[in-house]
Amino acid sequence: MSSAEVAIEPRIHYLNVDYSIKSWLLTTDHKRIAWLYLMAITFFFTVGGVAATLMRLNLLEPQGLLVEPETYNKLFSIHGIIMVFLFLVPSIPVVLGNFLLPIMLGARDVAFPRLNLLSWYIFMTGGSLVLYAVIAGGVDTGWTFYTPLSSMYLNTHVMAAAGGIFIAGFSSILTGLNFVVTIHKMRAPGLTWFRLPLFIWSMYAASIIFIIGTPVVAISLALIIIEHFFHVGIFDPALGGDPVLFQHLFWFYSHPAVYVMILPSMGVISELITAFSKKKIFGYHFVAFSSIAIAAIGFLVWGHHMFVSGQSVYAGLVFSALSMAVAIPSAIKVFNWTATLYKGSISYEAPMLYALGFIGLFTIGGLTGLYLASIGLDQHVHDTYFVIAHFHYIMVGGAVMGYLGGIHYWWPKMTGRLYPDGWARVAAIIIFVGFNLTFFPQFVLGYLGMPRRYAVYPAEFHTLNVVSTAGASILGLGYIIPLIYLAWSARYGAPAGPNPWKATGLEWTTSSPPITHNFEETPVVTEEPYAYDRLAEEIQVA
Amino acid sequence: MPQAFPLFPQQASTVAPAVDHLFYFLTAVSVFFGTLIFLLIFYFAVKYRRRSTDEAPPRNQVINNIPLEVTWTVIPMILVAIMYFWGAKIFVSNATPPKDALEVFVIGKQWMWHVEHTNGKREINALHIPVGVPVKLTMTSQDVIHDFSVPAFRMKMDVVPDRYTTEWFEATTPGKYHLFCDQYCGMGHSLMAGWVYVMTAEDYQKWLNSGVSGVTMAEQGETLYHQYGCITCHGTGKGPAFVGLYGKPVKLSDGQTVIANDAYIRQSILDPSSQIVNGYPAIMPTFTGQVTEEQILQITAYIKSLASKERNLGTP
Repeated sequence: MSSAEVAIEPRIHYLNVDYSIKSWLLTTDHKRIAWLYLMAITFFFTVGGVAATLMRLNLLEPQGLLVEPETYNKLFSIHGIIMVFLFLVPSIPVVLGNFLLPIMLGARDVAFPRLNLLSWYIFMTGGSLVLYAVIAGGVDTGWTFYTPLSSMYLNTHVMAAAGGIFIAGFSSILTGLNFVVTIHKMRAPGLTWFRLPLFIWSMYAASIIFIIGTPVVAISLALIIIEHFFHVGIFDPALGGDPVLFQHLFWFYSHPAVYVMILPSMGVISELITAFSKKKIFGYHFVAFSSIAIAAIGFLVWGHHMFVSGQSVYAGLVFSALSMAVAIPSAIKVFNWTATLYKGSISYEAPMLYALGFIGLFTIGGLTGLYLASIGLDQHVHDTYFVIAHFHYIMVGGAVMGYLGGIHYWWPKMTGRLYPDGWARVAAIIIFVGFNLTFFPQFVLGYLGMPRRYAVYPAEFHTLNVVSTAGASILGLGYIIPLIYLAWSARYGAPAGPNPWKATGLEWTTSSPPITHNFEETPVVTEEPYAYDRLAEEIQVA
Repeated sequence: MPQAFPLFPQQASTVAPAVDHLFYFLTAVSVFFGTLIFLLIFYFAVKYRRRSTDEAPPRNQVINNIPLEVTWTVIPMILVAIMYFWGAKIFVSNATPPKDALEVFVIGKQWMWHVEHTNGKREINALHIPVGVPVKLTMTSQDVIHDFSVPAFRMKMDVVPDRYTTEWFEATTPGKYHLFCDQYCGMGHSLMAGWVYVMTAEDYQKWLNSGVSGVTMAEQGETLYHQYGCITCHGTGKGPAFVGLYGKPVKLSDGQTVIANDAYIRQSILDPSSQIVNGYPAIMPTFTGQVTEEQILQITAYIKSLASKERNLGTP
């Protein structure tokens, strides 16, 4: 790296260019919008996390330690709705995607900067409506809103929550649109499709899902609202509707939404594995196309949520086969990441610990997905804690580990500061241990037959629930530590310099934090991503 | 305080060992690949660790190996194909109840299970069945979606309003097993639990005949047949006759042919104009809101009881 300038004199960058509140709330700078989102989703993650903590505490006793079943039902509904719609779905795209996508492309901003700001306001409007539903008395339908429970038998603020998710969905659609146009039209000279970092590929796949899938969940929630207020028989059999139709519409979006959560995380992992083993990614084309394959097949597997819903046996068999097919591109990714480590120069800063943790947990989550895709076995474990454990391994073990790994990796770029790596490593290990202790026992509980969403449960499930809650308290601690040292480092951390990890990629060629327009001059790209072997040549020559 | 706890569920149905064998196979595959990945990562992580902070990135990097990519694509494909067909075989068998299965009827409602046996015996949040006999449940819900799950049988199926779903099992061991509602159904969801009692043939007969009114489901259905005036048309030739109807094909006025099963009879009572029998006028009114799900099951039981009778003049 020729640019050895380390903190010369006060330099104008995107953070210190203007300190006023107005300059933040009316910003069209993608980097500042990323911060607005980071604040918002950290808040929502905290709310969802508190709900989860109360749930786990309640499950310490078979008859419920703290609250009545009615309240417990509201807690898991709040937890699911907020974590899925207001944290996991937006997380990596709106924070890391917003911050990095233009920089990785060598662009000044996204294609539609004002639309980008509008997306944040739409998101906050939807999020506020959901919070209103929580404060006004809660929602007790679960995050899945199954009809006719949600439409005609409701006694809580389902309509406000559904309306909030409906509105927040438009934020996803607009962000997806913005990203797709940006990737197509604003790549720097020489940045061909196969020179794109894999993070961009995963953002592209996630954006496509946003654009195609989100309108469908919006439609299904709108139909619930219409049925409730105007008594149009859509889902309620008493009005001549079909209750199972809702499940088709809901899962047509909500299954691909799972891939919206995991694909960006996979993109992050590809960046981390290469940067900390100083290797080109193994099988670039296979990793890139497996993202697209997962996104595409992901649209055709929704029926596996309905194996026991009474849908036709033939439909079940087809959905089972397609669900099995998703395992192939997922396995390809895991093998390629592992192979990337081969003959690398591997170091173990905190982001790498998250990346390795991701591979381990995602492997377990993916393999247990096969149990659920195998339709005869699913008939036993469907709607039990086995399902809970499986999707937490994917969504928390996968998506959240990737998110935290990404935040740690790009934090020096976002803030220009280094965090204490020792603390970060400790937190990563605590999170890994706490996570497994929380969710592994739930596989056993599920196979034993403990149903999900049970406020009270038979005594023979007690011990495993106590273990799970113990794990959750460790996990909770693990999440609090990064909040503290990251906040501390934003002010007191050592200056990071443009490229603290000695990584490749356009984002590491500009200063930290970057200037408002990202680059002094538009960069020209002349090589494939992860060109660590070229670095090796250079060092050799020098 | 926590007590002794099981790690594996009881096996109490004919399908349970089959499901468990598939579970063992998947677990073996998972443990193998999980261990393989973990060991490789651990090995690489130690062997290729950066020795000094200024170590140069490796040169001549291997970044592609097509035979390797093909191998780790094809092997998982073969394995998931095995898992698929194995699971599909169990599922198809689960979806095909034996013809001679003992019939029991289940109605779910917030938040209890209502069970009715063909001899008219009813029970709440409990199901008594004989050991070694295939049992078929015909289920519907009076309100929201529920799910009738018996983990010891490795069996569950959603219980959906406005339609029938079925599940069947053959218990292998007498005993008392958990019955859960597995589909979230509102406030009392976790309280919508009960027990399945598997009994020896003699105990079951004793139980079945104790404290019962002596009026079977079919007899109750016959009473309703008169009470609701079904007889006015269906007993006089103005409407299609019920004798010999159940389980037979019926030709509809739109040219379709359907089988006269439980679902057909239920729909014909609630929405008669949707399936007009060929040659008959569309004059039957709907009974939606007038008959309960239980009464529909009883009328169906009555029609079923007429299935094997000869058609003579004078009988319905």
